Amino acid sequence: MTALLEVSGVSKSFDGFKAINGLSFSIGPAELRAVIGPNGAGKTTFMDIVTGKTRPDRGQVLWGERSRSLLKLSEAQIARAGIGRKFQRPTVFEDQSVADNLTMALKALRGPFAVLCWKPSAASAARVAELAGDVGLAERLAHKAGELSHGQKQWLEIGMLLAQEPRLLLVDEPAAGMTLAEREQTTTLLRRLAETRAVVVVEHDMDFVRRLNCKVTVLHQGSVLAEGSLDHVSANPEVIDVYLGR
Amino acid sequence: MLIRKHPSVLVFLALLAVFTLAVTLMSEAYGSGVVPTSTVKTLGKTLCLALAAVAMDLVWGYAGILSLGHMAFFALGGYMIGMWLMYARTGEIVAATLASSPVPPTAEELRQGITGQIFGVVGSTDLPLTWSIAGSLPMQLLLVLAVPGLLAFLFGWLAFRSRVNGVYLSILTQAMTLALSLWLFQNDNGFRGNNGLSGLQNIPGLSHVPQSVISIWFLWASALLLAGGYLLATWLTAGKFGSVIRAIRDDETRVRFLGYPVEGYKLTVFTISAMICAAAGALYYPQAGIINPAELAPIASVYLAVWVAIGGRGRLYGAVIGAVVVSLLSSWFTGGRAPALDLGFYRIDWVNWWQVLLGLGFVAVTLFAPRGLSSLVDALAGLRPPRRRGADLGPDAGALREKEAEA
Repeated sequence: MTALLEVSGVSKSFDGFKAINGLSFSIGPAELRAVIGPNGAGKTTFMDIVTGKTRPDRGQVLWGERSRSLLKLSEAQIARAGIGRKFQRPTVFEDQSVADNLTMALKALRGPFAVLCWKPSAASAARVAELAGDVGLAERLAHKAGELSHGQKQWLEIGMLLAQEPRLLLVDEPAAGMTLAEREQTTTLLRRLAETRAVVVVEHDMDFVRRLNCKVTVLHQGSVLAEGSLDHVSANPEVIDVYLGR
Repeated sequence: MLIRKHPSVLVFLALLAVFTLAVTLMSEAYGSGVVPTSTVKTLGKTLCLALAAVAMDLVWGYAGILSLGHMAFFALGGYMIGMWLMYARTGEIVAATLASSPVPPTAEELRQGITGQIFGVVGSTDLPLTWSIAGSLPMQLLLVLAVPGLLAFLFGWLAFRSRVNGVYLSILTQAMTLALSLWLFQNDNGFRGNNGLSGLQNIPGLSHVPQSVISIWFLWASALLLAGGYLLATWLTAGKFGSVIRAIRDDETRVRFLGYPVEGYKLTVFTISAMICAAAGALYYPQAGIINPAELAPIASVYLAVWVAIGGRGRLYGAVIGAVVVSLLSSWFTGGRAPALDLGFYRIDWVNWWQVLLGLGFVAVTLFAPRGLSSLVDALAGLRPPRRRGADLGPDAGALREKEAEA
């Protein structure tokens, strides 16, 4: 199996502090992966590098079958290549309706002139309704996103990610601020999504990671400390030392 | 489709039509003569300013780019049309003078005569290169859009590509308009320096038509242009494009991660808005009669932002209300027609005190009606939000908070 995303030997330092230090990571086209690590382990910087927000000092990030380097691309180009990112805090456009939020995220041409000529069609409306149904917001399509509760905003953002039809989903702490029932829904959704695409979940909550039941990568001080099933990594004495033991 | 989705457009167009018709019927040329020609000109100019405010609202209220240099595009549009007006009009005069000579003048003599008339004041005898197509109306009309559009495109490309945002961008736009104004002030740059272009109210080929009639024609043209610009701006902001630019205003980073080239959108909006401004300027200055580099002073663009803020940004009719109310009040107060207020110990002369009043008004609107004068329209439509004193709108803690709801 060839990897969808291959990060190799990436380093990044901020004012001398090595946030990422020789990190290597790879994920296949249909795989669920949890990335865990203590605060400052470089989880967010890792996501920033993959999505183009931060340029690494060294190393390679290769994408897709043709092993295209992502380092030269802008955030928008990387997003169009098929990498979607879910932020920790739900970031939806509160001033606009749920339908508008979803429509904006729908997979379509993204250039200014293509968008100017874009007209809503029966197909796009149906897709928006379907997505809203998927994330339980079918009743609230016409409402402003600002009127939704915190959990609903999380769901709307997930709906927007689905609308983008990404091949790789980077999800930052999805369980934060969710109720127990919502967490269960989220786990089910993430596992279902990973059947057809790659999903990387960055999470603090070990209970949630256990529920995902997938391969785990443990980061520490900017590099990979251990990789394997949750039981495997939790048996690793180093991992216990830096993370689980505390 | 557009009108069905935005009924306010229809109301706006109807009001504009009624206003134009009413002024026409009260004008000296076509009606009772209650409204003097100078007032017709002021009203026509006000419509052009309203269009500039719509352009400003597009770029600031919708896309979140606080440009404090938009009047540079307005004035550039004026300069471009002014070149033709002055060249063609001087050409007529020179031709009339030379016609009495026994030998008919050659084209070169005519050109020499025009150059002497226009540039004698700055001590130049050569026609600057920039004026080589000034005799052609279609070419200069093209330049009205092309020159400001190109300037906005280049400026925007440099600024947005480097991700210059917020107050830094505003300062850059101020620097742009100041630099352009200082450049135009120089005598040897071919735009008559400090003198600017004058006599623009005399339309070439229409010297037999009295100003009272021409002023009405310009009022109609201004109203048509405002209607067109308003429709264009509505179309831009109504669909998915509008959705994306408002999203850029609210959270630029998030829009990037959705895959939208944010810089391209900003550049598009900035350039279109500059061209709308330029078109408005091209109709404004023939009504004003004169344009000089002082029109590009940074303060002019700040005023434009103040109008939009007072009127209510993020709504096109808000921008129009702000521009119309403030600029008409301004010309009333500074025109010396406002009665001075005698306090006994001090006499408030509005010509000087108007600025203070405007400043206080701006502060009052910011404090008491953050959505500007256009929130009066909401009040009339019964959309007034109830006073909840910050309480939750719904039953539980996760429900909508007052600050999240639309006012």
